[in-house]
Amino acid sequence: MNALTLWFHKIGSPPTFYRIAGALAPWCYGIALLLGLVALYGGLVLAPRDYQQGDAYRIIFIHVPCAWMSLFAYFFMAANAFVALVWRIKLSEILAMASAPIGAAFTFITLVTGSLWGKPMWGTWWTWDARLTSELVLLFLYFGVMGLYAAIEDRRQAARAAGFLALIGIVNLPIVHFSVNWWNTLHQGSTVRLMGPSKIDSAMIWPLLTMALATHIWFFGSVLARTRIGLLELDAGKDWVRKIALDQQRA
Amino acid sequence: MSEFLSMGGYGAYVWPSYAVFFLVLAAEALAPRLQRRRVLAEIRGRVQRRAARDGRGETP
Repeated sequence: MNALTLWFHKIGSPPTFYRIAGALAPWCYGIALLLGLVALYGGLVLAPRDYQQGDAYRIIFIHVPCAWMSLFAYFFMAANAFVALVWRIKLSEILAMASAPIGAAFTFITLVTGSLWGKPMWGTWWTWDARLTSELVLLFLYFGVMGLYAAIEDRRQAARAAGFLALIGIVNLPIVHFSVNWWNTLHQGSTVRLMGPSKIDSAMIWPLLTMALATHIWFFGSVLARTRIGLLELDAGKDWVRKIALDQQRA
Repeated sequence: MSEFLSMGGYGAYVWPSYAVFFLVLAAEALAPRLQRRRVLAEIRGRVQRRAARDGRGETP
C-alpha cells in the first residue's frame, strides 16, 4: 500500500473518523451560526427594499439557500450511496444516511417559506406548478430513503436498500433545477446564475451568498455529528465504542 | 423598530418564514445529540447485561 492509500484507510477507520469528526463538527456549527447572523443582518437590515415586492422579497435570504441545500444534500447523499454500493465502503453508507434527514429539513423549510412567500405574491399558498411539485417529490424521496433505512433491521442491508432508492431518485434533481426553464411555471426563473450576470443588486446578493455558505457549512457540521452516531452503532460491539459508552456514564 | 417589524406590511409572511427556518434547524441540530445519548445508553446496557451474564458463568 502506498502512502496515500494508507492515509485514506486511516482516515476512513471508524475510531479515527469519529475523533476527527468530533473535533470538526463544533467548528462547523460555530462558523455557520456566525456567518448566518452576518447574512441575516445584511438581508433584513442593510439590503434595500425591492421596488416590486417590497419587504416580502426578504424571504429570499432563507428560501433560496435552503432550496440550494435541498439539492446539494441529495447530491451528496446519492454520491455517497454510489460509492457505498460500488466499493462497499461502510463510511460512505453512513455518510449517505446521515445526509438524508438534513436534506429533508432543508427541503421542508424551502416548501414552507416558499408557501409563505407565494401567498402575498401569487395569491396562493400552493399550486401544482412544476417547480413546487418536483420539490415536494424531493421531500418524499428523502422520507422514502429515511423510512427504508429505518424499516430494515440489519444496518448494512438497510443502508444498501436506502442507498439504492437514493440513486434512483437522482433523476428528480435535474427536474427540480430545470423545471423553471422546461415548463412555463408560476415560479420565477433563476435569479443568481453561475454563468453570466445575476439579476440582483450587489447589496442583496452578498447576504444571499453568505447565507448559502453558512447553510453549506452547517450541513457538513450536521453530517459529521450524525456520522459519529452511525459509527457508534456500526461498531457497537468493538472496544473503542464500549469505552466511549462507559466513559460517558462516569462523566 | 415597529416599522422594521411590520416589514412594509409583509411582516406576517416574513417573520414566520424566519421562525420556521430557525426552529427546523434547531430541531435538526438537537436530534443527533439526543440520538447519541440514546445509542450510548443502549450500548452500555448491552455491555452491562453481558458482564452480568458472564459473572454468573452462563454460556451465551
